[in-house]
Formats: sequence, structure tokens, C-alpha cells
Amino acid sequence: MTGLIRSAKSLLLLEFLAGMWLTLKYFFRPKATLNYPYEKGPLSPRFRGEHALRRYPNGEERCIACKLCEAICPAQAITIEAEPREDGSRRTTRYDIDMTKCIYCGFCQEACPVDAIVEGPNFEFATETREELMYNKEKLLENGARWEREIAQNIAADAPYR
Amino acid sequence: MDSWFYSVFEFLFAGWLPEILHTPVWIVMLILAIVLPLLIAVAFSVYFDRKIWAAMQMRRGPNVVGPFGLLQSFADGLKLFLKETIVPSQANKGIFILAPMLTFILALIGWAVIPFDAKMVLSDINVGVLYIFAISSLGVYGIIMSGWASNSRYAFLGSLRSAAQMVSYEVSIGFVLVTVLVWVGSLNLTDVVEAQAGGIQNWFVLSHLPMFVIFLISALAETNRPPFDLPEAEAELVAGYQVEYSSMAFALFFLGEYANILLMCALMSILFLGGWYAPFPFLEFIPGWAWMFIKIAFFFFVFAWVKATVPRYRYDQLMRLGWKVFLPLSLAAVVIYSGIKVYLF
Repeated sequence: MTGLIRSAKSLLLLEFLAGMWLTLKYFFRPKATLNYPYEKGPLSPRFRGEHALRRYPNGEERCIACKLCEAICPAQAITIEAEPREDGSRRTTRYDIDMTKCIYCGFCQEACPVDAIVEGPNFEFATETREELMYNKEKLLENGARWEREIAQNIAADAPYR
Repeated sequence: MDSWFYSVFEFLFAGWLPEILHTPVWIVMLILAIVLPLLIAVAFSVYFDRKIWAAMQMRRGPNVVGPFGLLQSFADGLKLFLKETIVPSQANKGIFILAPMLTFILALIGWAVIPFDAKMVLSDINVGVLYIFAISSLGVYGIIMSGWASNSRYAFLGSLRSAAQMVSYEVSIGFVLVTVLVWVGSLNLTDVVEAQAGGIQNWFVLSHLPMFVIFLISALAETNRPPFDLPEAEAELVAGYQVEYSSMAFALFFLGEYANILLMCALMSILFLGGWYAPFPFLEFIPGWAWMFIKIAFFFFVFAWVKATVPRYRYDQLMRLGWKVFLPLSLAAVVIYSGIKVYLF
């Protein structure tokens, strides 16, 4: 008897019809996806995106060339050269990040004693060539200038948890 | 076709063209009047397929190229057109190039006998159903040739699967057609539609409901649509018989596939949903070709709907369904329907 009921059910395609009804209901549901380039999801203040080198409000570079970031970087993506500036302060002459090596672990910003190197909220920095991803100091400082407001906000928002 | 279209022909050609060329030019015009809208419809049907599929998965689907992404298919076509046609060095070149062309041509010439409205048919032959059946059977050659000529294992396996699948399901499609044809008493598609005149109660979808379901499922298998898309099962066979194709050769396969799907939709509208007839008399102000279009669109939606709902069959399940379920059912139905026809009418 159960076999009879089962074969009757399969002949009447009841399970298929139930599935079709379900997909039809979903057809009229609102979309779950974001309309990405025009619409973006929220980002945590801790989001680790593209790197930036920050400056103090008076325009002085934060980085003191302690090389802690270079030392901790597990992918060895950071290269720093430094020598004393004319006024005697220690500054970098070269600060390169190979973005193709970087694993975005965030150790560099954790290691930094002066909050100079940070990973900002920007993740849309795809390029057409590999060479463009070899960031130098100039590019990183430019990023710092461009994203300073967001970065400062994020650091302030995350401060209570550190 | 309509007399206004003939007056267009007279305006353009009749004045200067020699008498002997009138018929060929007129026929070419008729063919273009079917093929051009068909190709545009194919392009948009790919778009709507993706859109319906996306909506059922709560995605947005293509929405960037043109308003609402309507031009997506044309952008894809342009991209394919600009790509290089790669012919594998081990391939049998002549057959390799011929296969997609054959698939595409066969998908188009089936439309020659489809009536879009009363009198609106390219060739009103009295064996229209047989013609369509023959053309859709020939479609398997394009696939077999592409799989054989590619000289690649995936392509070969895919084409073998496709051939076996199409042959199996054509049998039950044939029997389903017979049950409709004994009811009509004619192989002419226009006669089939006219036998369903007078509203929804005369449509064969009511009197032949189980046959309609079998035909719908077999049509899915015949056009290699999910859940019967085993020939191109991407999880196992990469892309089946299309695996070595690129550029326009691939585009021809793709267009041919969708033209075939639309052909099956049109055939189902004609056989079961009363072709160009309105379901209720008060809706007869809508022209016949528009009803035909609405019905084809409805079936296309069903095709996309099934694709979004059902997971792929296993190959042995597919063969079991074709030979051990549909074949006996449709064979019994032929006996029953012809018996009813003979003894009750």
C-alpha cells in the first residue's frame, strides 16, 4: 500500500510541484544581493584594506623608521631604508610594500608604535599591471592623505577595545 | 504571410526585378522576417533566462549593460565575436567547424513550419509535425560531430551522452505527438491549432494533460536543459561537447541551443495550448501572433523555472525515466487515446 501511495505521488509529480511553488515564492522575494558598485555593505572599523602611511596634523610624517613592521611582516612584503634627516630626526628614505606579497594580516599596524602604517578601509585598488602593486613611500603617503579622515575615525572607534 | 508584407515586397522589388526572381526574393524576405526576430528573441531569451534564474535565487542577474541589463546578450555576443576561434591541433578541422554551423542551421529551419497566426506560416506543408520531428532528430548530428571531431575525452563523452539522451526521449515525444495527431486527424500544424479553436475548454492541454506533462519533461531532455543537462554537466564533463569550442563557433552552439528551446516552446504552444487562439472569447481583440508570443514566453518561463528548481539527474536515472517510465506510459496512452477516438467519437 505504501508503495502504491509512493508511486502515485511520484506519478503526480507532487514533490516537483512543491519545489516549483517554493521557487516561485522566492521569485517575488526582495533581492538578497547588493547592487555592488553602486551599493556597498558595511565595513568594520577593524577592516584591513589598502595600506596608508599617516602624517601628524602639522604635516610631519609619523613614521620614525623603527622597522618593527618590516621585522614582523610574515610575508616579508615591507622594505625600509632609513637615515637621519638634516634636523637629526630618524626618517625613512624608502618605504616599499609589495602588495602582491601582503597577506593583510594587520601585524604592521599592530607593531607600529606611532600609528604610522595602517590598513585603511579601501579594498578597491585592483590594477591592470603587477608593477602598479609595488607601492612606494610616495604612494603610501598619498593614500594616507586621501583616507586620513576615515582612518582616524576607525582608530577612534576601535580605541576602547585596545 | 499578410498582404501588407507583400505590398512591401512589391514596393521594394516588383518594379525593377525580373519576373523569374520574384518568388526567390519573396521567399528570402519571408525567411528574414522569421529569422531576424527569432535571433533577437534568442538574444533576449538568454537574458531573461539569466534574470529569472537569478530572481529565484534572490540575486539580481545582469543589470549593468543597457537599461536593466537588456543589452547584456549583445555585449556577450560582441565579446565572443571578437575572440579567436581556436581549432585544436588534434581536431578533425572540417567537421569541427561544420558541427556548430549544422546545429545552428537545424535549430533555425525547424521554424519554417511553425504557424504564428492564421495563415502566418512560411511553408504550410501537410506533414509539418513529421518535419519538425525529423529536424529535431537531426540536431543530434551536430552534437555527435562536434564531440567526435574535437578529439577530446570530455567532448566525446558529452556528445555520446547527448546522443543517447536525445534518441531516448525522442521516442516518447513521438508517441505523445501521435496521441495528439489521432485527435486532430492531420499532421499539419495549422490543422492542429484549428482543432483547438473556441476557447480554453478545447485546448489539448485539458484532454491530453498527462501527455502534456510527458512532452514538457521530454522537451527539457531533448533540448539538454536542466535537470537533464548531462551532456554539458560542468561538474563532471567541464562543458561536454562544447569544451573545445571558442568564439563564434561556441556562440553558434549557444544560439542554436536557445533557438531549439524556443522551438520546443512554440511546438508545445501549438500542440497543447491552442497556438494563436485566445483562451476566452472576450480576449480575442488581442491579435493571434501576440497570443502565440505570450504562450511561447510562458513556456520559456517554465523552462527557466524548472532550471532554477530541480537538481541534475544522474545518468542512469535519466535513462530509467526515458525508457522505463515515459515509453510505457506514452505507448499505453497511444492505445487509449486512439481507442477513445475510434469507439467514442
